[in-house]
Amino acid sequence: MDRFEWTIGVTGLNATDNPGPGISVIRSLRAHPGFNGKIIGLAYHYLDPGLYASDLIDSAYLIPLPSEGVQSLRQRLEYIKTVTDLSMLIPTLDSEMSGFISLESELREIGIRMFLPTQQQYDIRSKIRLGEICEKTGFDYPQTRIVSDIESLFQVSAEISFPYMLKGIFYGASLVKTMDEASMAFHRTVAQWGLPVIIQEFLIGEEYDVLAVGDGKGEIVGGLSMKKTSLTDKGKGWAGVVVNNPKFLTMAETFCQVTKWRGPFEMEILKTKDERYFLIEINPRFPAWTYLCVGADQNLPVAVAQLAMGVKPQSLPESKAGTMFVRISLEQVVKIDRLEEIISKGEIHYR
Amino acid sequence: MDMALLNRLKDIAISDSGFIFDPYSGGTFNTNETGRFILRLLKEGNGMEIIQSEIGRHFIMSGEDLKSDIYEFINLLKEAQLLPKNFKF
Repeated sequence: MDRFEWTIGVTGLNATDNPGPGISVIRSLRAHPGFNGKIIGLAYHYLDPGLYASDLIDSAYLIPLPSEGVQSLRQRLEYIKTVTDLSMLIPTLDSEMSGFISLESELREIGIRMFLPTQQQYDIRSKIRLGEICEKTGFDYPQTRIVSDIESLFQVSAEISFPYMLKGIFYGASLVKTMDEASMAFHRTVAQWGLPVIIQEFLIGEEYDVLAVGDGKGEIVGGLSMKKTSLTDKGKGWAGVVVNNPKFLTMAETFCQVTKWRGPFEMEILKTKDERYFLIEINPRFPAWTYLCVGADQNLPVAVAQLAMGVKPQSLPESKAGTMFVRISLEQVVKIDRLEEIISKGEIHYR
Repeated sequence: MDMALLNRLKDIAISDSGFIFDPYSGGTFNTNETGRFILRLLKEGNGMEIIQSEIGRHFIMSGEDLKSDIYEFINLLKEAQLLPKNFKF
C-alpha cells in the first residue's frame, strides 16, 4: 500500500448549490488508506463553506482573486509555504487555472508542485476552440459560434435556429428560445464572465460526463464515465451513476493522444438516439462530482498527487459501473470566532 | 445472436426483484417475474422457440398470445435501448 505524507493545497472550496470541486477532491485524497498528510484549503471568500469543514482540512487560507494578478497569488503562496509544509497544489477552478499554469515553474522552485496542462494544452480545449480540437480528434460537435457583441448575436441567431445554448467563457449555460431571451442571457453572461460568449446548437440526447487524468505523454492513467440522473435548476448534477460504455473512455484516450494532456480533465458528451457522440465541452480540471471516483475504484486525485510528486501511480482497475452518487446539503455549525479568524487573519488553523 | 450483442446482454444487471441496470447507458428499469425470465433466456443466447417453450413450461401457458406477448416485451426492450432497434431472432 502506497503511503504519503504530503501537504496538499486544494482550491475550489465554494461548496454551494453550484459546487466547486475542492471538497470532492479533498474527500478523495482523505479516502485513500495510505493518506497520512495534511490538507490546506485555499479559498477566495470568507464564507466559502469548505473553510469550515474542520474534519476535512487542517488549515485554510484566503488567496487573492484571479483578477488581482498572478504576482499577488505568488506572494500569498510563498507566505503559505513559509508557515506550512505545502508540497503540492491542486487547483480546481477554470477561472484560476491560467494563473496557476503561469506560476508552475516559479512555484516548483520553492517546492510547491502541481500537475497541470501547459498553457497551449489549456488553450486548445477552450470552449471557443471546440471545433478545432474536434477536427483534430475526429469527434462530432454541435454547431458553435463565438459572439463578442450584440450585433453578432443577432447575426448568429439567424444562422443557428432557436432554441440554442448560450454559454459563458468559463461557466454558465442558458437555453434560450427567442431573441429576447438570447439578448437577456447575453448581457447577464457578459456581466458575470465577460466576453466572448459561446452560442451552441441545442442537441437532444443523453448527457454523459467523463473524468480522466492525462499523464502528459499521451496516455490516461485512469478514468470513469458518469450519467447524470438528477439535475438542479442550474443544470448541475445532483445525482449520477457510473456507466461502462467503452466509447467514452476511448474519446478521453483520443483527446490525450492528440494533446498530450497533463492533469485531470472532464469531457461533457451528448449521446443522441442514433448513437452519435457529440463533444460539448472539455473542462481543464476535476469536476464537482470527483468523489464518485473513489467508489468506482478510480481515485484520480491521488493519482494526480502522485504524478505531481514524481511518483508513478499504481494501475487502476476498471471503474465499477452502477456506483452512484446522490448529493446532500448539510448545515455546518460554526463558532463565531472561526469567522473572526478568517476575516481578521485570512487564515484558519484546526490542527 | 452475435457475440457483441450477447456480451452486451450479459452485462445488463438484473436483481431478484426485477430491477434492471444497464451499465452501458446508466438506464434503470423494473420488470416483473416473466420479464426477468425472458431476459435471463435472452442473456443465455436463446432464440424465440426456446424462450416460448421455456415460458410455456414454467408459467403453464401456450399459443399465439404467448408469442405476441414475447414480441411485445422485445419491443419494450428495444425502446429501452437494451436491445438494438434492428434486433431479430
